[in-house]
Amino acid sequence: MENLIALLIAAPLLGAALLLTGGRRLDSVGHWIGTLLSATSFVFGVILFADLLGKDAEHRTLTQHLYTWVPVESFQADVTFRLDQLSMTFVLLITGVGSLIHLYSVGYMEHDERRRRFFGYLNLFLAAMLLLVLADNYLLLYVGWEGVGLASYLLIGFWQHKPSAATAAKKAFLVNRVGDMGLSIAIMLMFTTFGTFAFGPVLGSVGDASEGKLTAIGLMLLLAACGKSAQVPLQSWLGDAMEGPTPVSALIHAATMVTAGVYLIVRSGAIFNAAPDAQLVVTVVGAVTLLFGAIVGCAKDDIKKALAGSTMSQIGYMILAAGLGPIGYVFAIMHLVTHGFFKAGLFLGAGSVMHGMNDEVDMRKYGGLRTYMPITFVTFGLGYLAIIGFPFLSGFYSKDAIIEAAFAKGGTQGWILGGVALLGAAITAFYMTRVMLMTFFGEKRWQPDENGNEPHPHESPSVMTIPMIVLAVGSVGAGFFFHLGDRFLNWLEPVTGHEEGNSPVGAGAITAATLVLLVVGAGIAYLQYGRKPVPVTAPRGSLLARAARRDLLQDDFNHVVLVRGGEHLTRSLVYVDHTLVDGVVNGTAASFGGLSGRLRRLQNGFARSYAVSMFGGAALLVAATLLMRAV
Amino acid sequence: MSFPLLTATAVLPAVGAIATAAVPAARRTAAKWLALLVSLATLALAIVILVRFDPGGARYQLTESHAWISAFGVRYELGVDGIGVALVALTALLIPFIVLAGWHDADPLETGSKRWRPTQGFFALILAVEAMVIISFEATDVFLFYIFFEAMLIPMYFLIGGFGDRAHEHGEEAASTQRSYAAVKFLLYNLVGGLIMLAAVIGLYVVAGNFSLQEIVQARANGSLHMATSTERWLFLGFFFAFAVKAPLWPLHTWLPNAMGEATAPVAVLITAVVDKVGTFAMLRFCLQLFPEASKWATPVILVLALISIVYGALLAVGQRDIKRLVAYASISHFGFIILGIFAMTSQGQSGATLYMVNHGISTAALMLVAGFLISRRGSRLIADYGGVQKVAPVLAGTFLIGGLATLSLPGLAPFVSEFLVLVGTFTRYPAIGIIATFGIVLAALYTLVLYQRTMTGPVKPEVTAMPDLRARELVVVAPLIVLLIFLGVYPKPVTDIVNPAVKQTMSDVHQTDPKPEVEAAK
Amino acid sequence: MNPVNYLYLAALLFTIGATGVLIRRNAIVVFMCIELMLNACNLAFVVFSRMHGNLDGQIIAFFTMVVAAAEVVVGLAIIVSLFRTRHSASVDDASLMKL
Repeated sequence: MENLIALLIAAPLLGAALLLTGGRRLDSVGHWIGTLLSATSFVFGVILFADLLGKDAEHRTLTQHLYTWVPVESFQADVTFRLDQLSMTFVLLITGVGSLIHLYSVGYMEHDERRRRFFGYLNLFLAAMLLLVLADNYLLLYVGWEGVGLASYLLIGFWQHKPSAATAAKKAFLVNRVGDMGLSIAIMLMFTTFGTFAFGPVLGSVGDASEGKLTAIGLMLLLAACGKSAQVPLQSWLGDAMEGPTPVSALIHAATMVTAGVYLIVRSGAIFNAAPDAQLVVTVVGAVTLLFGAIVGCAKDDIKKALAGSTMSQIGYMILAAGLGPIGYVFAIMHLVTHGFFKAGLFLGAGSVMHGMNDEVDMRKYGGLRTYMPITFVTFGLGYLAIIGFPFLSGFYSKDAIIEAAFAKGGTQGWILGGVALLGAAITAFYMTRVMLMTFFGEKRWQPDENGNEPHPHESPSVMTIPMIVLAVGSVGAGFFFHLGDRFLNWLEPVTGHEEGNSPVGAGAITAATLVLLVVGAGIAYLQYGRKPVPVTAPRGSLLARAARRDLLQDDFNHVVLVRGGEHLTRSLVYVDHTLVDGVVNGTAASFGGLSGRLRRLQNGFARSYAVSMFGGAALLVAATLLMRAV
Repeated sequence: MSFPLLTATAVLPAVGAIATAAVPAARRTAAKWLALLVSLATLALAIVILVRFDPGGARYQLTESHAWISAFGVRYELGVDGIGVALVALTALLIPFIVLAGWHDADPLETGSKRWRPTQGFFALILAVEAMVIISFEATDVFLFYIFFEAMLIPMYFLIGGFGDRAHEHGEEAASTQRSYAAVKFLLYNLVGGLIMLAAVIGLYVVAGNFSLQEIVQARANGSLHMATSTERWLFLGFFFAFAVKAPLWPLHTWLPNAMGEATAPVAVLITAVVDKVGTFAMLRFCLQLFPEASKWATPVILVLALISIVYGALLAVGQRDIKRLVAYASISHFGFIILGIFAMTSQGQSGATLYMVNHGISTAALMLVAGFLISRRGSRLIADYGGVQKVAPVLAGTFLIGGLATLSLPGLAPFVSEFLVLVGTFTRYPAIGIIATFGIVLAALYTLVLYQRTMTGPVKPEVTAMPDLRARELVVVAPLIVLLIFLGVYPKPVTDIVNPAVKQTMSDVHQTDPKPEVEAAK
Repeated sequence: MNPVNYLYLAALLFTIGATGVLIRRNAIVVFMCIELMLNACNLAFVVFSRMHGNLDGQIIAFFTMVVAAAEVVVGLAIIVSLFRTRHSASVDDASLMKL
């Protein structure tokens, strides 16, 4: 059964190779090949899942050693896969949601002449993401880590003729590289500390290492997670990444790739458990991003960017939970899975809306779409209810658990983190209600564009609606299903460990508070966007709203400090290299030139003057010889 | 006596060079085919060497030794260790691609034009360089090495000055001036390095009484040859200076951007991927083995210079307007990594550095040759003259991207393995330097992606609308390089298996062992 | 007879030749003075050979004669062609080889 693991990765990899090198011959069938191979991988995943379920909880780890990758003395990197409950969860999420989004893209990208290549990139992404979660050591994980970064780069910049898309792609890759630096330093630290970077030996011998080293490793892993999962301070790329086609935003920038950071932290749980300082930083990053993303989400008029802010905020919840240690790991992953369902569903819904609206993304130019696209409205609405934590839908179970765990952290920290998580829930309710109201309710606000083309909103074809319906079902039922009999907890506990937290407030009280805040948040949104007509041009807004529209000025900061500063630095270095370093060289050459120019005057061309110098020289030599003899 | 395989590998291209030069002027195509065949035959010989080489066997294998100038104890001694074998193979591998990529670089300017361009000479010079580089990788006699280390400057000078790039923003006149400047600069820089090395070579002879690498190393190891500390340091510096010019190490790097910018792309590849490797290779073989104590003494300074090279080269690459100069500065950054790995004095660092030499050769060849194809289509080296090429020539853009990704060391492609090994190897001994060097990977992403974005994406510029995609010949050049990049990225074990034993030997020469991991050390 | 006297003679001849090379402008005369110097050296060699009782000096003298003969051939050819182009045999007129 172990041998199936490699096939999980091989199927989409084969697809990528075929589609990217196959040429135009495959144009007509390329999208189906891609979808089929993605589904194949899903089938393998299900078979392996069934196999794992058949074993008892303690023996659900399969490993497959393929070959030795980089052997240099004590540095031994293997290509070994590890399938346990944690990676299995991810495999099913990635291949399941991935296959649905492949299917959706068949319709969404129908009129794009480069559709074959799009599917090649999607398959490449699946392969890299599977490698990331199946790797048995950090170096192999790194390959998947950068592989998904590459796929994300290619897909964000898929419409390369748009300069904004090309810039966004580059930005995403660069910001991620900063995070990758953290991962490589973490691996190097592991190597110097443990002499290895394979999961088993590293996580097993955490007790032998000093806390300082472990804290350093933990912080570096957090840096990596911040880059990939768009957490403060490396969050700035996610909003721009919405330049990519919408299925990409759904799959990569909502459901799977951006959650890789959570995976990394949960996977390295043993290290974080032994480094409380690092854990504290993780929770702080999670809490800050949770609010940051939510605030940004409130101000955006671009439907995809509003959802991107929401993604950032929800991942903030997961990171916060992961930072809580064993009381939070399971809930982080549970929220990750339910979020995968509803956020992918929301993005696909947004894509469906855009599909019907001539690719318009400004919500102020939507309005009243519920009658034009009922299926999209219903699936999007279910996703909406799930994300705000409407009782008995997915988000209700997973988010509540995180808020409880945050309070259970104990002490002042617990109160602060719990309070932030509660506040986040209220803001989530506000901005999601805003999106919902601006898009599907109220009066229609779209107008003909400058070419006189008026959008004719229409429901998307069934190849697109079917994935949306499936995801909506997941958004509704997954949480309840996982919660029932603590299924998810029991499944994951052998890998991540679990402790019941001691919450200072009762679970009932927290649930009640969450629900009250939900109603308050949604209510405010209703007062602002449901009762009054939405203006087509955005009002000036408060200082906070204006800052939030500009991603809380983080981009401006980056621009001034990093971009401008970097430009000045490189320009002055080019100058230094040319005038100073090269100048010394050329100066030396020039001074030799000048010296020889002077010496040249001695060569006056008169043979007899040469003869004089020859005789003079000979006389000198003779004199010197005689002198030496005399001495 | 067995067949002198090593000599044959060097003599074959040398004879080929003479034969190519002797082809009558009218039979220009025949000369090209002859050069290609000779380079392929050399590759075949190199593969035979690779197969015959036993990684677990003696340190130097396939050795040949003959008296040459007995009055000075100069011998004709050849032998390869794992590092040498890898580099001989790299050289032999790259030359056919260089020949093929430069197929039309030395064609007459216009048919019937009076301005004659000696096609035969171009290919003969390339083969001559190949012969000299190969024998430098094989020589175990210091004097023999020195001769060819210096002699390869002559054909390189003519290749840069005589067959340079005709694309220049200020017209052909300016290009010609720039070209001579670059060629002379290249020659003078390297001659100065060589001259200082010559002094050190003579000094070594005075101290040791012969030129044989193996004998001197042995004599030093068993104590029969004593070298005063200051003597050893001076000799080390003499050798190192020459190698640092060739490698090139900051601040001795300024010849490389000129030379690579003005030469045609295949010749630029020849410079950076082949000829410069002799410098880093010689650091490993001669500096570390002959002067282990002085090497350790100089390590801190060299590491800092290498670190400066990494960051400085990358930052300057970001600031370039010229595609080829950008690649040149990127190479300076990469040579910084190689030198860092060599002088970190750990197994990972040195194996990584050797692997880096091979991988950098392949990746730069891929990137630079595609850049050359691009430049030949538009007749301009300026980044700003391009835009939207991806739409017009997707295959060209795709291969360019893969070359770029290899340059930024994307995992899954060959350079990642070597770069990571160098970083880990450095980090285990010098954590701070390792961490600063890691910034290089962010900067590498910056210059590569900026280059790709400005040339390949965005709206299609009117001048590039008619640009044809890669032709069959060009695809034959690029495709194998890309396949190799992927293969060595996924499965580098064949190379590391050959390199590791040699590195182990070098490590024991300098009396160094890898630092123990903290957990083990605590026990 | 004391062989040292021959050495004086050789020195004298050499000095006359050298002076001629330095002060005369006519290429032919300069050329003849060079021959004089060469023969002065030959004389010295032969004398030394005699004094030391071996043949080394005489062998060198023969070498010198051979070289001198070759030199005459090349030198005279140069002077003749110089005279043809410039109608003058003055060494000071031929100073174009300076940079």
